[in-house]
Amino acid sequence: MLGRLAAQRLLEIRQAFRLGPQGSRSFSTALNYHIDSPDNKPDLPWEFTEANQTKVKEILSHYPSNYKQSAVIPLLDLAQQQHGGWLPVSAMNEVARIIEVAPIRVYEVATFYSMFNRTKVGKYHLLVCGTTPCMLRGSRDIEDALLKHLGVKRNEVTKDGLFSVGEMECMGCCVNAPMITVADYSNGSEGYTYNYYEDITPKRVVEIVEALRRGEKPPRGTQNPERINSGPEGGNTTLLGEPKAPPCRDLDAC
Amino acid sequence: MGLGLLASRTLRSARLRTTNFHHLRRSIVSTTELQNAEAAQAQAEPSPADLPPRTPLAGARVHFPNPDDAIEVFVDGYPVKVPKGMTVLQACEIAGIDIPRFCYHSRLSIAGNCRMCLVEVEKSPKPVASCAMPALPGMKIKTDTPLAKKAREGVMEFLLMNHPLDCPICDQGGECDLQDQSMAFGSDRGRFTEVKRSVVDKNLGPLVKTVMTRCIQCTRCVRFATEVAGVQDLGMLGRGSGEEIGTYVEKLMTSELSGNVIDICPVGALTSKPFAFKARNWELKGTESIDVSDAVGSNIRIDSRGPEVMRILPRLNEDINEEWISDKTRFFYDGLKRQRLNDPMIRGPDGRFKAVSWRDALAVVAEVINQVKPSEIVGVAGKLSDAESMMALKDFLNRMGSNNVWCEGNGPQPNADLRSGYIMNTSIGGLEKADVFLLVGTQPRVEAAMVNARIRKTVRATQAKVGYVGPAADFNYDHQHLGTGPQALAEIAEGRHPFCSILMNAKNPCIIVGAGVFERPDKDAIFSIVETIAEKAKAVRPDWNGLNVLLLNAAQAASLDLGLVPESDKSIESAKFVYLMGADDVNLDKIPDDAFVVYQGHHGDQSVYRANVILPASAFSEKEGIYVNTEGCAQTTIPAVPTVGDARDDWKIIRALSEISGVRLPYDTLSGIRSRIKTVAPNILQIEEREPAAFSYSVKPEIRQEISNTTFEAAVENFYMTDAITRASKIMAQCSALLRKK
Repeated sequence: MLGRLAAQRLLEIRQAFRLGPQGSRSFSTALNYHIDSPDNKPDLPWEFTEANQTKVKEILSHYPSNYKQSAVIPLLDLAQQQHGGWLPVSAMNEVARIIEVAPIRVYEVATFYSMFNRTKVGKYHLLVCGTTPCMLRGSRDIEDALLKHLGVKRNEVTKDGLFSVGEMECMGCCVNAPMITVADYSNGSEGYTYNYYEDITPKRVVEIVEALRRGEKPPRGTQNPERINSGPEGGNTTLLGEPKAPPCRDLDAC
Repeated sequence: MGLGLLASRTLRSARLRTTNFHHLRRSIVSTTELQNAEAAQAQAEPSPADLPPRTPLAGARVHFPNPDDAIEVFVDGYPVKVPKGMTVLQACEIAGIDIPRFCYHSRLSIAGNCRMCLVEVEKSPKPVASCAMPALPGMKIKTDTPLAKKAREGVMEFLLMNHPLDCPICDQGGECDLQDQSMAFGSDRGRFTEVKRSVVDKNLGPLVKTVMTRCIQCTRCVRFATEVAGVQDLGMLGRGSGEEIGTYVEKLMTSELSGNVIDICPVGALTSKPFAFKARNWELKGTESIDVSDAVGSNIRIDSRGPEVMRILPRLNEDINEEWISDKTRFFYDGLKRQRLNDPMIRGPDGRFKAVSWRDALAVVAEVINQVKPSEIVGVAGKLSDAESMMALKDFLNRMGSNNVWCEGNGPQPNADLRSGYIMNTSIGGLEKADVFLLVGTQPRVEAAMVNARIRKTVRATQAKVGYVGPAADFNYDHQHLGTGPQALAEIAEGRHPFCSILMNAKNPCIIVGAGVFERPDKDAIFSIVETIAEKAKAVRPDWNGLNVLLLNAAQAASLDLGLVPESDKSIESAKFVYLMGADDVNLDKIPDDAFVVYQGHHGDQSVYRANVILPASAFSEKEGIYVNTEGCAQTTIPAVPTVGDARDDWKIIRALSEISGVRLPYDTLSGIRSRIKTVAPNILQIEEREPAAFSYSVKPEIRQEISNTTFEAAVENFYMTDAITRASKIMAQCSALLRKK
């Protein structure tokens, strides 16, 4: 009896903590199966641009000719940059044709990695880090501020096609948490950038979005003016003087 | 209130309290000693001295390619010798211990992703996935320790986390690996309180039903489709808990072996669509029989319930079909329920059939057959005829004075003299030793799917080269298209073709000629060219016979063994009495209008439209009969269900007819007719044994025939519809509408 009560209480607590309509976490931007749409169906022609053809050749040259399939991830990445940040099914088919494997082998890779977007994203795809350190430093507020400012849901593109917001896993910037990444697809694969904006606040993130909307390139890295890269706020607190001489014999003198 | 009642009440409340207490510290492990694994392990150390001898599991065969490579491992203290490179799981199987598994399948590559086969290995810090771990010398494997059991229980709990509890409505129920193993390793309760995931079902075509929520991601179907079936359609999409099996872009599984994914799926995720919700497997009676839909003679189990064939499953036969069967074999059974002939019938003057008694029908046939000249009597055996009935037909018509008996598919001038000229001399299993294939006018993928699976297996394993002469065709392995007509063969024979050098350098060249060539007027010339090629490539040697014919129909080999050869190839045009024993693919236009046609068979198919009398016979699932497959292996069908209506076995009908016609055949029993067969073709009675041909083509007389320029034609137009049963099948009709490559 007591056990059942406890279990029920636990369930209630869990339900209270569960996220709103979002429910389960989605790892990538799309379903694990393809649904035809006017801009994403297998019979649409798709090929690499002239400039990217040479890049494809260069990528393939990294691998032995009997292991062409090793190039699947770099080629998918290139295709994604070229196609404005997402991979239509015909682009995946083209990659499969180039590396001479069955298309399903490419679909498997593209669905596995959440960095490959299989639905449309904005020209600036904003990825909020949701892993523990960033979450503790308020990444949920950042995401809420972004979504509220842009008026979209997660993985939805704004009406002007400029922005979309997604979630990602830890990018290793925990020392500057919270952080977002801006994948800039506005200039194709030539001008593609993937910049981190660290130490952001809900206010600062909206400023960044507005700067991007104006076509500016806000400085990447930490957004806290008191910090230099990942150094402590207000300057160093240790290692202030000249480094001491090595505690052992001077190797250079030997 | 009596004292007893009072006492029981007290006891019950006491029991309630204790159960409640257990409830609080409930654990997934039901056996108490497992909650302290290490302590129990110390006690449960087996003494190796008094171990009973063990037998390998399921007839597992140990083959030592090199005796020096044998290593000794200890399974639960019992020493076994295994060849180097075997996995721990295989070593356990040889020691007679069944390791639970989901993803491991002996005929597929090793994935090692279900983790159910965990065992304890001494000096290994963690449990070891036995399917992926090679056995090492002196390894001490422990399969029934508390640690191994606890590990498997943990895996099982994770597998059941997202598996729906819908066993009562699942078609796999009763033959489900997950269900069976959860009886051994599952807990009676779960600790998972979250929502179970659900996955959208996929449309794989008319044969395979999917309930993807039940999938446990063992990837057996993905590996089967990629490795055995050769259609890279299925894949593993997504990651983590969102992982699912699918095709991504909606695509039907267009393989002729797709039904096998139903068998290899360890859970109810992939089940048979035609069999869905039809029966529970424990209600079915299994009859071990063989398949007659092609010349391979795949070993099958016919599952029946009462008078109905419910489904067909493969049976293991390493020499013929391994453990796969083609979709046609698996799903054509519903044709056995449609269009059946159940009463003897006579066509009246108004052109309509009228059901009559056997006595009347046979009397009419006997009267007509005695009125025509012996040379005007013609008998044609059908594709699905067994050896007994063909023997009876030949004996009967011979006694009537006619020698015009043949089996359809053998062409106008069949060669029945040299057995090596019409069987697969290499044997189906022997194809795996070949290193170069030359396919002449044959498309094994549609003509004999299981032979094609063997060729594909060989090509995959040894990178064997395949050359193909014939019309453009669909192959699921790498091949070179050498030409469409016999000219390409002539070029190879004369050494002018680039493929020649590959063929000449081959160690075990294998030439396969399709039975479609039998229908060509220049077939002798083609065979003589092929024999020249075989001679040049040294394909026929004492230790290797690589000159093969791939037959099309189940009856063909036996009919040629029995010598069903027409006296003249124009006999049907001048016939007055035509006896069609299940022959539905004879050209009915050739039969003269005034001829009297008797159709004896089980299906109202094409020939019935021309028949004057119909004699209903039993189908392969209802009779005992011997069939010789394309490699010359005689096998017998076993009756699984009762005959339909008033139908009788083919040979019995002919025996009865012979008596009424006044030429009584001297056998009344199956053993009687078989001893008659023994005098004609003793190899047919070597059941389940392959009798190789004694003489090779070298004793053949010289051929003075010129090859023609006509290209080879496809022998099988539609894989799914080749005979009377498959043409009556609704499932096969759906398949040919949806799955055929246009």
